This record gives sequence, C-alpha cells and structure tokens, in this order.
Amino acid sequence: MNKTLFDKVWDSHVVKSIKDGPDVLFIDRHMVHEVTSPVAFLGLKKRKINVLFPERTFATADHNTPTINQHLPVSDPLSAKQLKALEINAKENGISYWGLGHKKNGIVHVIGPEYGITQPGATIVCGDSHTSTHGAFGAIAFGIGTSEVEMVLATQCIIQPKPKKMRIIINGNLNNGVTPKDVALFIISKLTTSGATGYFVEYSGKVFESLSMEGRMTVCNLSIEMGARGGMIAPDKKTFEYIKNREFTPKELEFDKAMKYWKTLKTDEKAKFDKEYIFQGNEIEPMITFGTNPGMGLPISKSIPKASSIIGDPTTYKKSLDYMGYNEGEKMIGKKIDFVFLGSCTNGRIEDFRAFTNIVKGRKKANNVTAWLVPGSHKVLESIKNEGLLNILNESGFKLREPGCSACLAMNDDKIPPGKYAVSTSNRNFEGRQGPGARTLLASPIVAAAAAITGEVTDPRNFI
Amino acid sequence: MAYDKFNILNSTAVPLPIENVDTDQIIPARFLKATERKGFGDNLFRDWRFYNDNQPKKDFVLNNKNFEGKILVAGKNFGSGSSREHAAWAIYDYGFRAVVSSFFADIFRNNCLNIGVLPVQISNDFLKEIFRTIEKNPKAKFKIDLPNQQIVNILNNTNEKFNISLYKKENLLNGYDDIDFLTNIKNDITTFAKKLPL
Repeated sequence: MNKTLFDKVWDSHVVKSIKDGPDVLFIDRHMVHEVTSPVAFLGLKKRKINVLFPERTFATADHNTPTINQHLPVSDPLSAKQLKALEINAKENGISYWGLGHKKNGIVHVIGPEYGITQPGATIVCGDSHTSTHGAFGAIAFGIGTSEVEMVLATQCIIQPKPKKMRIIINGNLNNGVTPKDVALFIISKLTTSGATGYFVEYSGKVFESLSMEGRMTVCNLSIEMGARGGMIAPDKKTFEYIKNREFTPKELEFDKAMKYWKTLKTDEKAKFDKEYIFQGNEIEPMITFGTNPGMGLPISKSIPKASSIIGDPTTYKKSLDYMGYNEGEKMIGKKIDFVFLGSCTNGRIEDFRAFTNIVKGRKKANNVTAWLVPGSHKVLESIKNEGLLNILNESGFKLREPGCSACLAMNDDKIPPGKYAVSTSNRNFEGRQGPGARTLLASPIVAAAAAITGEVTDPRNFI
Repeated sequence: MAYDKFNILNSTAVPLPIENVDTDQIIPARFLKATERKGFGDNLFRDWRFYNDNQPKKDFVLNNKNFEGKILVAGKNFGSGSSREHAAWAIYDYGFRAVVSSFFADIFRNNCLNIGVLPVQISNDFLKEIFRTIEKNPKAKFKIDLPNQQIVNILNNTNEKFNISLYKKENLLNGYDDIDFLTNIKNDITTFAKKLPL
C-alpha cells in the first residue's frame, strides 16, 4: 500500500470511520488558550463531563495578554476575566497551565515546539487556525472551533472528514534575501486564499529540506492562509536534532523507539496526491502584500496589479484597494509606513529576531516609524538577551516588548491606529485585523527591518 | 450547546456579494473576550455595520430595511481565516440559519455544522442568479430543503442540489451534536489510546 505522510499519520489515529461520513480521529496533543476555550469548558460543566486525558492537554495564555508591564494586573477587565477563566478551568481539570508570568509562557505555537510537545507523527489540535505551524515536524496539526475544543476535552477525539491531499514541491535554491516567509507568501499569491481549501498540504523538495525547523514552522503556519487545513513536512535529521532533549520529548530508550517510528514517516514513492504544484526556488523574490488578504502579495519590486488582470471579483478587489488607500498600477517600493510589527506565531522566533537585528545593526530606526518587537515566548526573549541582540537593537533605537500575540490580532492594547500603515511579520492583513481601520502589509522580518530603517517600503537586498 | 433542529427553511435572504469574507469581518477579535456565548449577534460584521461611534453605516446591507431573512447569501470563499467559532455564533445569534455561497472555508463550515447553521454550497452560476433575483425583488423567497438537499429559488422556479454528509445531515435534522456521539464510544476511545504507535 502506497501512502503519503499525511495518510500514515491520519490512518494511525482513526478510532472509527462513520459510514458515509467523517472519521473519528484520536488527538495526541491538545493546546488550549484563553479565547476559544471558556465556552468549551462551560459546555463540559453543563454536561457534567470531565476532561478525559488532562495529561494530553496544555494551556497557555497568549491572545489577550499585555506586552508591557506583565507583572502588573491586567487592566482590561474583560481580558482579565478571560485569563482568569483559563487559569481556573485548567486548575479544576488538572491541566498544565503556563499563564501570564510563567517562565514558559508564550504564543501557543511557539512554545509547543520549544518544549517538545510538538512531535513527528502526532495529531495536534488547538482552537486557533495557525495550529498548522506544528506540521513542520511531520505532525498533523490543525485549528478547530470551540465545539471541537469541547469535543477533544471530553473525549480526546474529533469528528472530521479526511481532507484531500496536495503536494507543493519547490526545487532548487532560494535567492539571497528570500526567506521562508517569502516562500509562503509566494505560494499563497499563486494559489489564492482558497486554493488549498479542502486539502492537507505536504511541502517537499530541496527548498523545504534546506530550511531550518523555524523556517519550516513559518511555512506550515501560513498553510491556513491558502485555505489548507494544515501543511506538513516529513521529519528528517534536522527535525530529530531539534526535538532531542526537550522537556516533553521521549528520553533514552523511549527516544530510540520513537526514532524508529518517526523514520518511517515519509511519503511512499508511488503514493498519489489529489493535486500537485511544482515551483522553482529561484522564481521567488522578497514579497509584500498590498491588499486585504494574504493572497494579495507580490514581489516587492513589482506594481499593484490592475483590476482587469486579476482572477476573482473586481468589486471585491477595488474595495480592498480602497481600504488600503492604494491605486492600481502603483509601485510598492517607496510607500510610506508608520508602524513595524515583528512577532507572532508566524515570525516571532529567535531566527526572526536574528534576521531583523542583522539588518538594523549599525543603522537607526526611522523617526516616523513606531516599532513593536514582540518575542514569541519568554524563551525567545531570553535568547535575544543572551545572544546580545537586545543591545544591538537598543543602539539602533528599538525596544523589546514582552511575549504574546500582540498586534497580530489586536485583542490587547497593541492596536495599529486607524488609517496607519504597518509592515507586519504576522499572518493576516484582513481589514481591521491589527486594529479598526489599520492597514497591514505582510512581509518577512528583513523586509520589516528595512522598512523600519527607511520609514518606507524598501527592498531588503539594499542592506544585505 | 443545543440548537434548533433544521428541516425546511423558507425565507427571504440578505445579499452580501463580496468574495473572501473572512471571520475577522464577521466578528472582529476585540469582541472575542466573552467567557459565555452571549451577545455575539450584536457585533456581527461590526466594522462594516457601524462607525467607530456606533452609528450604523447606512450603505451596509444589514442596515437596509429592504433586506431581511434567515438566509445570508455571500460571495465565494466565505468564512476564511481564523478558526473562531464566534463567527458562526454571531451569524446564528443574529438570526441566520443558513449561509449560501459558492465556496466556504473549511473550519468555518465545520463550525457552522456544529452549531446548527447550514452552509449551502452552490454553483457560481446559481449564486449569481440568486443575487440577481434578490436585487430585483428583495422580498423574493428561497426554500432550503435539508431532507432533499436542495435549494429552490421560488420566484424563478429554479433549484440546485447541495452536498452534506449523511452524518451531519442527521445531526442537523435531529439537533444532535458530535459530543453525544463521541461520549457513546468512550470505551472504544480509551482502548484505542492504549495501542497508539507511540
């Protein structure tokens, strides 16, 4: 039987297949955060059901948490209440809880891999669409709704139709200045935001093989932005090196046993995909978005396409450009910006901060730019300090904030003001995503760094 | 949370002919801070519906009294983005029982099915026809027939079939949910957990 990587992991977790319906899928790891869980816990209470496997459940606070003065009480009463609810729910159900102030606290998709909760061949869910991040380790990881969170808490299972399978191959090498974020934005610009809906993606080819684990996480993180439920990359030496000796990784004999299994997790040569795309690494340039969905991206040197040349509804397209205050045919290079946001589950890891720092080193932040640099976790924050990056950033006029989701979805105080432009390393440029009326340009950490120095959209290759 | 059973829905419809409507538009993140499922309908399409000072935007369809009904008809790729079930709650709590589009995002579709909102996926051509019908006659009625998996444009006497898994169909017809199903096979689940590969 020829199976894809996805088939192998999925099929080994099917408890039962419902006739003419979905599968009952067993979930190895369930990550829980404060926003999408309270109603699920309330549901359990009403039904008088306990959490079936509390040891497979991990709770953290990230979406609502402030990113300054975390030692003080949370001032927004609604956020404070939601954070408190998670703390109580975790405690009552015997779930490990790394809340605000805990040294392991951070964005759920950053800390999962950091502590080895994320492992190859596992099924991982969370009430957050960017759960796809964990696919970088060869796990099946996807976002779920609150009813499903309740389901998993109650039974450690979820009822899901098996998605179709897509493979995206990128051969060759990446050009200088092209990062994993650019690879993902390139793919989404080709496939559109609905191009992979109904599919689970496997990324393969030399470009993905040569990416670091953190780079792979960035790519898999953005799978949802082309509609895919998730994306995965077969585990290899880099994966095994990364996960070895982390807190939740199996140890000694158990690790050897796990390794034997993990090594089988790859697509068989003759396995079939429902859809396949092949690209070349050298086709990709540094990317930036100009519209209000992540599919509206283009190489940074190019101009905004004409409505007549796009696929899709021209009215929707024009509405989007109106929101951004842009016109068809304009060049992106040189567009004035007001804010820079480095962070999120997409680009809030140590390599992202290294890349950003490399560009701004010895240069100064532009006066017209407000920069929010938000580490994805306390561990990332610690590394930034230990590696001396903080000093370099400070000398260039940048300050660090404390870990959390921050301006990615603006649930806390980190909101981009109405009408302002932000170059953001996060994942969504939807209308109002970073605050009501905010205008988002999605890009890589080095595009963000270049913009932070010049105060306008700038080709990062000028600084390499 | 229990929801009203879905069988046959006869209603006028509210048109939203925009593509790629994401869940941040359906309900912006700042309204996700509740710890109970309450009041989400008030904030449905908040920033398209209201100005910052909470005054209604007159040109948005939900503020146009000509259009009302239990069916929301939207452009292609409705519900993309965030997994927030709050988007489906907002739609249900506002009073919609079905969303019609030519394409739905996966997580949003699942969320709808889990809470009693029926996502009706139809062809692009039939969607265009429905938009034209509503534009000409805002009081035009549509029949969404779950048992027969069919949507009927009553005025034009045209119809189209839609897909739904037998399992989810039974759930909606009877008001069941997945947890009822799963708790009944709990023994199978705990046995299965013991023979996982790792």
